[in-house]
Amino acid sequence: MKAPVSWIREYVDLPAEVTTEDLTTRLTSLGLKLEAIESAGADITGPLVVGRVLTVEPEPQKNGKTINWCTVDVGAANGTGEPQGIVCGAHNFAPGDLVVVILPGGVLPGNFEISARKTYGHLSAGMICSARELGLGEDHDGIIVLPADAGEPGDDAFDVLGLREEVVEFEINPDRAYALSLRGIAREAALAYGVRFTDPTERDVPASNDAGYPVVIDDPDGCPVFVARRVSGFDPAAATPDWMAKRLQQAGMRPISLAVDVTNYVMLETGRPIHGYDAAKLQGPIRVRRAHEGERLTTLDGTERVLSAEDLVVTDDSGIIGLGGVMGGETTEMSATTTDILVEAAHWDARSMFRTGKRHRISSEAGKRNERGVDPVITPAAADRVVELLTTYGGGTVDPGVTVVGTPPDQPRITMSYDLPARVTGIDIDAATTVTNLEAVGCALTKEDTTLTATPPPWRPDLNDPFDLVEEVARIVGYDQVPSVLPRDAAGRGLTREQRLRRRVGRTLAGAGCVEVISFPFVGDAAFDTLGLPADDVRRRTVRLANPLSSEEPSYTTTLLPGLLKAAARNVGRGATGVALFETGTVAFPSESGPAPIYGVEWRPSEDELAKLFEALPAQPLHLAVVLAGERERSGWWGAGREADWSDAIAVVRRLAAELGVEVAVASATYQPWHPGRCAVFTVAGEELGHAGELHPKVAQAFGLPARSAAVEIDLDLLLRHARDVPPGPQFSTYPLAKEDVALVVADDVTAAEVEAALREGAGDLLESVRLFDVYTGDQVGEGRKSLAFALRFRAPDRTLTEEETAAARDAAVALAAERTGAVQR
Amino acid sequence: MKPEEVEAARDAALAAIAAAADLAELKQVRIDHTGDRSPLALANREIGALPPQARKEAGQRIGRARGAVNQALAARQEVLEAEHEERMLVEETVDVTLPTDRLPAGARHPLTTGSELIADIFVAMGWEVAEGPVIEAEWLNFDALNLGADHPARTMQDTFWTDPADDHLVLRTHTSPVQARTMLSTEPPIYVVCPGRVFRTDEYDATHSPVFHQVEGLAIDEGITMAHLKGTLDHFAAQMFGEGISTRFRPSYFPFTEPSAEVDLVCFVCRGATVVDGVTCRTCRGEGWIEWGGCGVVNPRVLTACGVDAERYTGFAFGMGIDRTLMFRHGIEDLRELFEGDIRFTTAFGSEL
Ligand SMILES: [Zn+2]
Repeated sequence: MKAPVSWIREYVDLPAEVTTEDLTTRLTSLGLKLEAIESAGADITGPLVVGRVLTVEPEPQKNGKTINWCTVDVGAANGTGEPQGIVCGAHNFAPGDLVVVILPGGVLPGNFEISARKTYGHLSAGMICSARELGLGEDHDGIIVLPADAGEPGDDAFDVLGLREEVVEFEINPDRAYALSLRGIAREAALAYGVRFTDPTERDVPASNDAGYPVVIDDPDGCPVFVARRVSGFDPAAATPDWMAKRLQQAGMRPISLAVDVTNYVMLETGRPIHGYDAAKLQGPIRVRRAHEGERLTTLDGTERVLSAEDLVVTDDSGIIGLGGVMGGETTEMSATTTDILVEAAHWDARSMFRTGKRHRISSEAGKRNERGVDPVITPAAADRVVELLTTYGGGTVDPGVTVVGTPPDQPRITMSYDLPARVTGIDIDAATTVTNLEAVGCALTKEDTTLTATPPPWRPDLNDPFDLVEEVARIVGYDQVPSVLPRDAAGRGLTREQRLRRRVGRTLAGAGCVEVISFPFVGDAAFDTLGLPADDVRRRTVRLANPLSSEEPSYTTTLLPGLLKAAARNVGRGATGVALFETGTVAFPSESGPAPIYGVEWRPSEDELAKLFEALPAQPLHLAVVLAGERERSGWWGAGREADWSDAIAVVRRLAAELGVEVAVASATYQPWHPGRCAVFTVAGEELGHAGELHPKVAQAFGLPARSAAVEIDLDLLLRHARDVPPGPQFSTYPLAKEDVALVVADDVTAAEVEAALREGAGDLLESVRLFDVYTGDQVGEGRKSLAFALRFRAPDRTLTEEETAAARDAAVALAAERTGAVQR
Repeated sequence: MKPEEVEAARDAALAAIAAAADLAELKQVRIDHTGDRSPLALANREIGALPPQARKEAGQRIGRARGAVNQALAARQEVLEAEHEERMLVEETVDVTLPTDRLPAGARHPLTTGSELIADIFVAMGWEVAEGPVIEAEWLNFDALNLGADHPARTMQDTFWTDPADDHLVLRTHTSPVQARTMLSTEPPIYVVCPGRVFRTDEYDATHSPVFHQVEGLAIDEGITMAHLKGTLDHFAAQMFGEGISTRFRPSYFPFTEPSAEVDLVCFVCRGATVVDGVTCRTCRGEGWIEWGGCGVVNPRVLTACGVDAERYTGFAFGMGIDRTLMFRHGIEDLRELFEGDIRFTTAFGSEL
């Protein structure tokens, strides 16, 4: 909401010395948040004066243009009193007109310095200004011609043009709809300074009579008050007075025509939106009702709208003539020939206004006010102000008929104990202060012993609860009075198990050289196609958004890989030679349980109701994804580096599992987007944890990643569920170690894990560890076979092992491996 | 062997020992002069063949000679070993300024570690950290928080809805639904902070993002007032930005709270002075204050909808953008840097904030 300071001052006796900064600071501390202070003409430096054109000599130029060589009387402003010679390209003026002249030495917006200069064969000493050159508007048809009574030659044009006048812009919160008017802002200013407020809606308004335009309200809940007034013989060509046009512009509205400008002006002044009909186009009585589903109306923006049974409409015998309180219809719109105007000022149900505006996507100044709530009591006064301004500036007469149908809704009565403001705010606010402040905002009070009952003023539909009154009292006392006190120490239980584990996961991965990223969780089919996901892949069944930012990515993602691979590629593109990234984030899979219920808020939903609510939510597991691309270890003076490969990806999962004490089984798998021969599937207690390995070459290429890039994606929730909570202290022996290496030849398709498991089981309790240290394929083991070399370490808890014991354990290990996997010792 | 021959063998050995230039030569000298085939060893073997009387004398003589040689060998060994070690250490000198970055460093994202830092500040006061799903029921995201379907404030929040919209699911627009969940599941007293990811249909630019992060706090107890809210936020501000950095309240509107306030933070760069070195402070643009978030006393309607006895308990709530807070704290100029995934950005923050 923009408001010229001079307009605010019109209704409030502000001391002259109050600065705009001080005013806005105080209003901000009352809850009207300052957005900006605009000062039109702040970037103009004088001398900028009124001039009277004395002579105009048109001089055609070779380029086809005609310039005017003018002499202008600028009074004593030029120091000599002699006429000022100025070249001007505009043609919308004549000798005798008052114009605005900037003299040499002045500066126009854009830091345009004016000097006397030779042009078109003359010495042009200054410039006759257009509105655009002064930064006052886009109108560049010509220079500004001032009204004949605007001033005398040599007068300071800043005042004449209303330049240097400050306009303040506030952000108005939804609960302070009354401040969407000068009336409301001025009222707050009076409150801020404790000075007198003059209510612009306080006026003698003629009473309703039988001669008024017939109006029937079928839906008094939707439209409690409807006022109709009529002006006849209005001059549609009458101009909007300059002061009004200026104020409208300052408030951010465009002047259109006198009739429209008056309705807008009164809306700004009082907060009450007004609608004007061309009375000649009305047929029969006006009736306000709800629309029938499917009825149609072409609103005055030219859009045909299909109405809902919830929309409030204004009708006459011809049918629907307006969407009540939101936008008028085309058939009764005022035009350039309208001489009889029917003025509608009506109070509308705010909720209906909000719904209709939302349903039809209409956002207007009128709608903004109607849907937040307008003072219903001022409706007749606003209409009266409109007809006054119309006839004052457009001629014609006000019809004696006055229609006022309906009564303003009752205000709520709110009972509050006197000490509530103190109990809620922690400020020492006594009963007297509470009473004073509530009366200052316009509440009517009934006082009892320990409680008061407040009837809020009609312009405050936001005041309904005792806590609403507390805010009113507190904002006047001042929020700066709130003391700073820490609450008592709570007996908190610290971080949850999952929270601690997640931190541990992050630290482990960072310790493994991975860098965390956070990407947007939006995804589309293109990403799934690039990942090579089959048509029936569960990851293609997404939670879709009704209003995605981009139609390319309309879903909440089911996999972290697209975002992560893109981030890796971005790093590679920016010159990184090796990238190891990880991300933890939720993914979503649709729920089958149907829509989420909407409950009331008067009481807590039951446990069953809550369970139903939670069930309707999509499954949102926390995933972890890792991508390793390019150098895993750098090359340098120590020699060559090492490129990341499938095993690095698997190592990440193993390292994490070891950190969390989770036993994870590894097997080979075929799963997109991984390389079919280099993909591992992990399971925890029989449940699938996720996958790791080398990316499918096509996928790596499509994302612009180096060959052999590797990736991981696992269900982190599952891993954390199995994390060991209280690791038992290890028991280990300090007796001497006995080492045995064995090389076992097996068929190609036998996995290292299978052989290792057999060795481990066969070796029995004396085995301390087993580790594969070499894999050999080649002539010595023959086609289709490989040799796996394992280091076995034996140790007994209570004695030094003999060579015989060690050998027996080794032989038993090899024997079981032979039995289970066909292994032959080399 | 004649006595003079023994002496000659001894002298030859001593000379060879003295002449040995390194440990390898000394080893050869040892073999040549004390080995089985050395003159003194051979002489020693001959002793057995001598008559008993001469045996003793010869034995003593040869014994002395061998003793002298062994002693000299040991001494020389020691000297050469010391020399060798000294030379080796010199030869093994390296340039310790060579790069050592064989393994690239990892890092955690500042939004993660920043959220943890905030959580730790509150956990130290005995609060707990509550979490909830990002795709949330409309009722929890709006209605339960006093934002009914026709509440104009709903238009203040540009919401992502899931398709179809009458599934009544949203990408949560704030972490307040976590507060609602906490109240629905926990008996007061409640002291929780809720950091997390939230969504609004904002265009993506240097200061706006459709995906961002919030921390909200909720305290519900007997006798809670706005003063406790102020105390908590002042403490939070000081922990986050340094001692002496406090907050101020301005009246505002949030459906969830009544009374409501905007929270401003004393600019931690100019500390409220509005100028730094004679120039208008860039961080607060000369305001002396920085807009930090919103807060207020929990609206009793919200307590009721969430099953808390509004007669007995009062509460306060607050919410701040984590992204914005970190941008201030670390002088990050473009919000998008947080989401680009450039490792140069993230590694600058290490693994803890
Ligand atoms: Zn500053």
